[in-house]
Amino acid sequence: MRSPSLRALSISTVLAFCVSLSLVFFYAPIEAEEGFVQKIFYLHVPLAIVTLAGFVIGGLFAIAHLRTRDARWDLRSYVAIHMSLIFGIGVLITGSIWAHASWGHWWVWNEPTLVSFLIIMLLYATYQPLRFAIEDPERQARYASVFAITAGAFVPMNFLAVRLSASYVHPRVLGSASNLPASMGFTFLVSLVAMALLYATLCSYELAAKRTRILLKARSRILGFQ
Amino acid sequence: MSALPSNSERTEPHAAPSRDVHARPGRPAHAPVGLHGQKRSVVLALLRKELLVELRTLESIPGMSLFTVTTFVVFHFALNQDSVSGQEAAGILWVSLLFAAMLGINRLFVADADQGGFDGFLLAPVDRSALLVAKAISLLAYLLVLELIAVPAFALLLLAPPLGQTLPGLLAPLALGDLGVAAIGTLVAALAVRTRARDLLGPLLALPLLVPVVIGCARASSPLLALGRRGGVGGLPIRWLGTLALYDLVFGLIAYAVFDFLLED
Repeated sequence: MRSPSLRALSISTVLAFCVSLSLVFFYAPIEAEEGFVQKIFYLHVPLAIVTLAGFVIGGLFAIAHLRTRDARWDLRSYVAIHMSLIFGIGVLITGSIWAHASWGHWWVWNEPTLVSFLIIMLLYATYQPLRFAIEDPERQARYASVFAITAGAFVPMNFLAVRLSASYVHPRVLGSASNLPASMGFTFLVSLVAMALLYATLCSYELAAKRTRILLKARSRILGFQ
Repeated sequence: MSALPSNSERTEPHAAPSRDVHARPGRPAHAPVGLHGQKRSVVLALLRKELLVELRTLESIPGMSLFTVTTFVVFHFALNQDSVSGQEAAGILWVSLLFAAMLGINRLFVADADQGGFDGFLLAPVDRSALLVAKAISLLAYLLVLELIAVPAFALLLLAPPLGQTLPGLLAPLALGDLGVAAIGTLVAALAVRTRARDLLGPLLALPLLVPVVIGCARASSPLLALGRRGGVGGLPIRWLGTLALYDLVFGLIAYAVFDFLLED
């Protein structure tokens, strides 16, 4: 079951990216105020949405782990959060580039989405230090799950708090898909799907690699290699 | 030990919520449902023990208070200002209180982890979240004592507007902030205490989780600390107090929900 689904996922990811990139460069119109730079919107925003969704999904897997005590759920939660951390670094970099291009600064404190994203990344950056500072594997999984649930709930709460902290003086125009023209909205949706597929593909690759490693360790222990 | 339930209570059939199918046999993970009085007496016994230990060792509160006062002195020199007001004052007050709270959070479970307190507690057939409640209340008590010292010291050393004018409005953000720090701090302390790098992990975990509390408290108290403030500030602090209360509630519930899983071995 594992390898065909991996192959199918990989092929559909490549296809989705081909479609979304062609739409971004050849179909979506050039934005009037920002010009060509605005194209990074189709990379940055889907990346951010997928990252945050991955963090929340990691928390949901952690709930499943604590309910069932099945180590596979913990592995899924770990992989989801790990992949989201990698995607999140991409979000911060693309966000900085976009901020520099459109506002002239690499970092803008009055953009609440950017700031809350940084806080969330700072919190999740402690996931692996916490996890690997615990030796006993069963307790490691349990503590990591408790962290994942707490942090997963923190994601929306933090957005609420930081959004409130930015005064209403700054209207939010960028990054909201609701007031986009139809062609841009369509391109954005396709990019979002492509990014979600990429996330799912990379997660399944990492899961497959981790499962294989666990299997190999078990086999070599049976055969007496260690 | 009068707080512990008798053997007959322990084996009541309705006492097992669905989660308990995973608990080890022979030891219920949760106290019987509906026995609030029993649970309260467990919490009270644990709380009494916490406060007694703190009174006899004086490990946390004096250190936290001294740390805050020293931080005010450091801020005086670092900012090169004799008095502060408004947002600046709120920021200094909350950063100092937060870092002092971090000292208490780091020490909260250390004795239990190192000297067998966890084992002793787990041997007792009582609800495990009682420990969370007792620890959170004792942390809250530490913070209240800390603020009894730190807020007057802040007014004396740095604050420009007179304390009598600002204190009544300051009580609500202080109380809500303490609740948030107590709930999140207890959870984080329990998470970090049995790891190798607990002194490092505690603050690293707690600070991002407490950023919304700082936002709420600092924004709510900054108009109160402003020089020459007008009587009616409008709805702004109410909005912040509401956000703070919501945040406290959510994380209190989360801590209550997940705390049991930290105490299983």
